[in-house]
Amino acid sequence: MNETQLYLNDVHKSFDGFKAIDGLSLAIARGELRAVVGPNGAGKTTMLDIVTGKTRPDSGRVVWGADTDLTRLDEADCARLGIGRKFQKPTVFETLSVEDNVMLALAGDRGIVAGLRHRRTARQSARIGEVLDIVGLGAERGRLAGALSHGQKQWLEIGMLLAQEPQLLLVDEPAAGMTDHETMRTAELLRTVAGAHSVLVIEHDMDFVRALDCKVTVLNRGSVLAEGSLDHVSANPEVIEVYLGR
Amino acid sequence: MVRKGLIDRRTGLFLVVLFAVIVLIPLGNLLLAPGTAGHVPGYLLPLLGKYLCFALLAVSLDLVWGYAGILSLGHGAFFALGGYAMGMHLMREIGDRGVYANPVLPDFMVFLSYEKLPWYWHGFDMFWFACLMVLFVPGLLAFVFGWFAFRSRVTGVYLSIITQALTYALMLAFYRNEMGLGGNNGLTDFRDVLGFSLSDDSTRIALFVLSGLALAFGIILGRFITGSKFGMVLVGVRDAESRTRFLGYRVEHYKLFVFTVSAMLAGLAGALYVPQVGIINPGEFSPANSIEIVIWVALGGRCTLVGAALGALIVAAAKSWLTANFPEAWLFVLGAAFVLVTIFLPRGVIGLLDGLKPGGRHRHALPQAAPEPAE
Repeated sequence: MNETQLYLNDVHKSFDGFKAIDGLSLAIARGELRAVVGPNGAGKTTMLDIVTGKTRPDSGRVVWGADTDLTRLDEADCARLGIGRKFQKPTVFETLSVEDNVMLALAGDRGIVAGLRHRRTARQSARIGEVLDIVGLGAERGRLAGALSHGQKQWLEIGMLLAQEPQLLLVDEPAAGMTDHETMRTAELLRTVAGAHSVLVIEHDMDFVRALDCKVTVLNRGSVLAEGSLDHVSANPEVIEVYLGR
Repeated sequence: MVRKGLIDRRTGLFLVVLFAVIVLIPLGNLLLAPGTAGHVPGYLLPLLGKYLCFALLAVSLDLVWGYAGILSLGHGAFFALGGYAMGMHLMREIGDRGVYANPVLPDFMVFLSYEKLPWYWHGFDMFWFACLMVLFVPGLLAFVFGWFAFRSRVTGVYLSIITQALTYALMLAFYRNEMGLGGNNGLTDFRDVLGFSLSDDSTRIALFVLSGLALAFGIILGRFITGSKFGMVLVGVRDAESRTRFLGYRVEHYKLFVFTVSAMLAGLAGALYVPQVGIINPGEFSPANSIEIVIWVALGGRCTLVGAALGALIVAAAKSWLTANFPEAWLFVLGAAFVLVTIFLPRGVIGLLDGLKPGGRHRHALPQAAPEPAE
């Protein structure tokens, strides 16, 4: 049960001398829900870029499952391995319908020939319906994604992530721009998803992190400052100094 | 392989009109006596055929620009390469009827004291080989160019500038006599194709009909590609490229495929264009030509395929009429049309037509396969 899904060891990455990631080590267990917090510039998004193959680290190891080295793979490879990513700004295909957005995300062959020959099966339609029900967009199925509200787009993107059937979901600030009610529903949703999937959530909103009720990692200047329950890390004087105290 | 929603109403209507035109125009030439109403004079056939080639060229650009968001400002290069491939065959077919009566070497080579045919001219005496090259050469260039550009993730305005540079570089190269392709005179003085004289009305009709069929083929192929899941991925790439990548799609492969197919369609258009206008020269590589294609597509309506074709037909016809009657006004009219359409008709002429009938598409809506019933 406690197998490691993702393991970062002493990862370094600098941009023009700025050390975005500086000796970061982190392990996410299979099925775990983990929140990552930290001040602006702590390296949260760069960490996601490294894990998803967008950015190559200068040094250090990024290991997926037992022994897959992620540092040599690109975004598509990482996605195909089972890493799904939700962006900070909701990013959906605005000129496609809600259901087509999910259809493109459904697990399956990503090749060109498959794309040209693809026909939607009844099973896929049912699966799309399932996913949309989970994220509460069942009634919006035929609408253009661009016509959704901000919060609904966030959910659609989470739904696309689920449709991908990834083993690890990386979720960057899902609650940004959501109402309190929507925020709590999102936390509930992520809690439900964890267990079957590993989930790593980056968030600023402390109420949201509290609602996630999980282990918290505090990043600062590209490395881990503290790790543990929210109460534990909130009591850490260094954390208060760099983050909570502000 | 007929997919539901392959031909939507708009496309169907366009194809019906197109087929009517490629039947009626030849009939108007063959059956009605000169002087009677409805008679189509022979000289008009290549002109109309030329418009159809432009329409196919516009469709090819819409495929990459409208759907995948790749604004190519060098699509004229693929058109010209297809044209040169066909032109080389037509030159070889002149045989010893040239001014210098050399059975192998085209006139310009004799004039430039070539002793033998350059290696890349071999094979072009065979029609089937030339046809293959019409697709292969533009396709290969697009593939190699796209391979480097898309793999390096060059997008947006940078990509547009490189495509512009590509066609400009080719223009300079083709102007050189050392290229062995006729220098600034290009290839001309064609006599016949497959033994049929290019000045016969029957040959002109055949070329006109072929151009129309090629346009229909291009539109149906485009609908097939864009109506598939592949087409949706393309739209995804256009609207949110990184999202598509993180879903696991290899964006560069998708772009490369559609860019190559588009270049081949442009090459086909060029190959049909050359026998109808009777000349191909490096001017076809001019960056201004490629920009004009973008204007056709924008004016007709991006991301609709038939809109692009319509735009090309409208602009080409207007150009013929205006340059004949008010030559100095043409560029002003073209520029003004482009500006006005961009401001008042962001979806082009096709958007205007859609707006007229009930049930017209919503803003930003894209052509896609008919939605399936929910259950």
